[in-house]
Amino acid sequence: MLLTVLVYVLVALAVALLGRSLGSRVFWIAAIGPLWTVGYCVWAASALGSGPRTESWNWVSALGLTIEFRLDWFSLLLLALVGSIGTLVFVYSVHYFPPDRDIRRTAAVLTLFAGAMAGLVTSDNLLLLFTFWELTSITSFLLIGSNDESSSARSAATQALLVTGAGGLAMLGGFVLLGQAAGTYSMSSILSSPPSGVVVDVALVLVLIGALTKSAQVPFHAWLPAAMAAPTPISAYLHSATMVKAGVYLVARFAPAFAVDGPWRWIVLGAGSASVLLGGYRALRQNDLKLLLAYSTIGQLGLLMVLFGAGLPELALAGCVVLVAHAAFKASLFMVVGIIDHQTHTRDIRRLVGLARRWPALFWASLLAAASMAGLPPLLGFVGKEEAFDGLLQPDVPAHLVLLAAVVLGSVFTVAYSARFLWGAFGDDVDRTGDAAVVEGSDVPRPLPSFVAAPALLALVGLVLGIIPGVMSGLVADSLAALGFDELAVHLSLWHGLNTALGLSILVIAAGAGLFVMRRRVERVQAAVSRGPSATSVYDALVKGLVDVAGRVTSVVQSGSLPVYLMVLIVTLVLVPGIPLVLAGSLGRSVEWIDSPMQPVIGVIMVASACAAALVRRRFAAVLLLGTVGYGMAALFIVQGAPDLALTQIMVETLGVVAFVLVLRHLPEGFAPTISRPRRVGPAVAGVAVGLFVFWFALAASSVTGTPTPSADVVDGPVPTRDSGERLADRSLAEEFLARSLPDAHGRNVVNVIIVDFRAFDTLGEITVLLIAALGVLALIRIDRREESEGVPLAAESIDTEDARR
Amino acid sequence: MNEHSPIEQTPRERADSEMSRRSMILDVVVRSEFHVLLVVSVYLLFAGHNQPGGGFVGGLVAASACALRMATAGPAELRRSVRVRPMVLLGGGLVVASVAALAALWDGGQLLQTRYLTFDLPVIGPASMSTAFFFDLGVYLLVLGSMLAVLEVFGEPEAGP
Repeated sequence: MLLTVLVYVLVALAVALLGRSLGSRVFWIAAIGPLWTVGYCVWAASALGSGPRTESWNWVSALGLTIEFRLDWFSLLLLALVGSIGTLVFVYSVHYFPPDRDIRRTAAVLTLFAGAMAGLVTSDNLLLLFTFWELTSITSFLLIGSNDESSSARSAATQALLVTGAGGLAMLGGFVLLGQAAGTYSMSSILSSPPSGVVVDVALVLVLIGALTKSAQVPFHAWLPAAMAAPTPISAYLHSATMVKAGVYLVARFAPAFAVDGPWRWIVLGAGSASVLLGGYRALRQNDLKLLLAYSTIGQLGLLMVLFGAGLPELALAGCVVLVAHAAFKASLFMVVGIIDHQTHTRDIRRLVGLARRWPALFWASLLAAASMAGLPPLLGFVGKEEAFDGLLQPDVPAHLVLLAAVVLGSVFTVAYSARFLWGAFGDDVDRTGDAAVVEGSDVPRPLPSFVAAPALLALVGLVLGIIPGVMSGLVADSLAALGFDELAVHLSLWHGLNTALGLSILVIAAGAGLFVMRRRVERVQAAVSRGPSATSVYDALVKGLVDVAGRVTSVVQSGSLPVYLMVLIVTLVLVPGIPLVLAGSLGRSVEWIDSPMQPVIGVIMVASACAAALVRRRFAAVLLLGTVGYGMAALFIVQGAPDLALTQIMVETLGVVAFVLVLRHLPEGFAPTISRPRRVGPAVAGVAVGLFVFWFALAASSVTGTPTPSADVVDGPVPTRDSGERLADRSLAEEFLARSLPDAHGRNVVNVIIVDFRAFDTLGEITVLLIAALGVLALIRIDRREESEGVPLAAESIDTEDARR
Repeated sequence: MNEHSPIEQTPRERADSEMSRRSMILDVVVRSEFHVLLVVSVYLLFAGHNQPGGGFVGGLVAASACALRMATAGPAELRRSVRVRPMVLLGGGLVVASVAALAALWDGGQLLQTRYLTFDLPVIGPASMSTAFFFDLGVYLLVLGSMLAVLEVFGEPEAGP
């Protein structure tokens, strides 16, 4: 399974590096990734008979991080969706995307997304799952913002990232609480013996926030319609077929273990049924075909949440069928919209006329897919909906009549908007309300057959599986067993006899048809009903409030005065570690003041230079004097026998002086004259205090080395465990490092061995900080330059005014 | 930016080019020392495991070579002789260090675990090294990159008012 994920990474690299001359055909290469997954699924399906397959690698075992994958039938079901729909979407993309400069980036990121999704549905470790989860959010952000010149696409991408990212953070908190409560982060172990208690309830609520944001459920749904700014293949893949199902996947996994007690059911069922109603209601009045599908997706995901979230086998059975059906018909319909958009350059149903006659193949594919969405026989959507009604009619479902009512009403909406989709996209009868030009089917080029192939194939899958749903019975039964339900006899069939579910279906279809016929009146009613604050406006207000608060905090904290910043740093440095240091009392041992006759000589030079640096009036002289202090320090290191430190100190000092001199070119030659004496007292006191503090600290620190330290000091930090046998506890770190450097790390230079081996984790963090700092410097200067060209005062000038103020 | 059109030069750019014209001897000396310093920095990088040196110092020495070059010939000359952008060095350094950190996972080791390799080189003969070297190489590149970024930013003629 790791290999499956890595294949995507390699393919993405190949796409990014080699795809330069291929244009749109780069998607043929990208399709290797999902195609590999399909092959893996076929192979794994034959090997899964003897139970789930697991894979495990060490990652950071000190932190309990392992790479654990687990493939059972439910994971396989989703992995197969990711692979098969992915393949079709990639093939479709060859025709969809114009061969411009950004296409390699889009193809590479889409491939990475598919890899993250494949990892998400197969990972067994909660933290690994979270990693993949966030990767899908980030790649989704990049893909929604593909058209980075459009500000609406950028803000839609940001909204999706903020909402799903915030949900992801909540989920991480939930995972940590859950993992600590259960004592393991392995999902399969947690689910097989679920912990309980208040902490677990809190954890589950947090996890649910993650799942509901990802699956765009009420009240977090607003990002999904906005995300329709993405190119249509991306909407088809991420925002209908796979990524938004990640939340459903998580709920499906957790529900059997956690749904019965606590707040789980009420949250999932409440949000799900609200989404069913809201999605359907909003979809009814959309004129943009893509937005219609987006709201429809919110409703369908709500249905899936209801079905999986209750944690009952009958409903989960229906959930599995609806999951497959929805992925097929919704991806197909999105691709149809993409084709229409690509050929006619509009998705507005008020402008599309007579496409059915012109493009019969596309029309028939859409008819099949939309009929499956509406739940008409003999399509898979009908089978799923029948099973859902059937399950919700069981009295052991909590509040089953309320849920049933919501789902039935949502299904009525679904029938109506499915009809609206077909009528709007292909019908001849058009509301000529807008004054925009109407696109006649006969005026536009016919799409290539291979362009239509992908949606047609998916629509046919819905038809074939609808006629012979029995072929899915085994897979569904195995998936339910994988979710942890007891063995359940699954007999999927098109005809269940005359029962209540069939009656409900007939009722739904009739009512939906009626709603469609009365669409004018429905639209008028919807327009008349005043709506409360929409989720989008709430989101906008939240973001604006956050920015305002941040601005106010910044204006207080960031005064823009360098001396003030420096004073804050210095005072903190002196007070926070300084007070406990003084309270700790006397030093551990007597101090040897002088080791070598060189030391007092160097010391005098350093002290003299430091004092002179504080007194001179010219900046350049001050910099050179400070450099002298630094070189003196290096000389002290040499006297003490630390050539490594000395070398580093000299280099840092040299480059520091160079950097100073470069900056000095932009500043006046001398310091501004001091205005008043009292203003100099504060900095002087601070300077003396920090000097005393460092002096005392150095004494205290050097008196500690060489004495035995308690074991707690030693084991903190990731010292790699080594097999040389000696216990760490009874020696100080310095001795420990000295003793181990050569035998363990094969290095005589202990300083270097500490940096790159013993404490390499620290170094990794430090160089990352260095990188961020360098990027920050570059970015700040760039901003500065931009402001300069816009006539805003420069930083250097404000430094001068600060000097004048002192 | 406008290096080659004297009319549009800012006063500081003119000063920069005058400076480089005045210090011909220094320029020649630095030009010959530049590569020597780079070799020294690479030596420090390699020697670091057993003798004074290491990626950090090596990177600083290389950066100081660049600083010398810039001080005598100006930022444009530095950019001509060091073609790699600081951004690339920064990113590349972190990638090298991260890959070195992850490498031991490949055969079941731990994150950041190092191996000691012995092998025979053609011509040179038997040699040995710790895989920590590659981590150090990442440090070297990153340090050099960050210093170059700073030099570039502060050394730009149009950086100030």
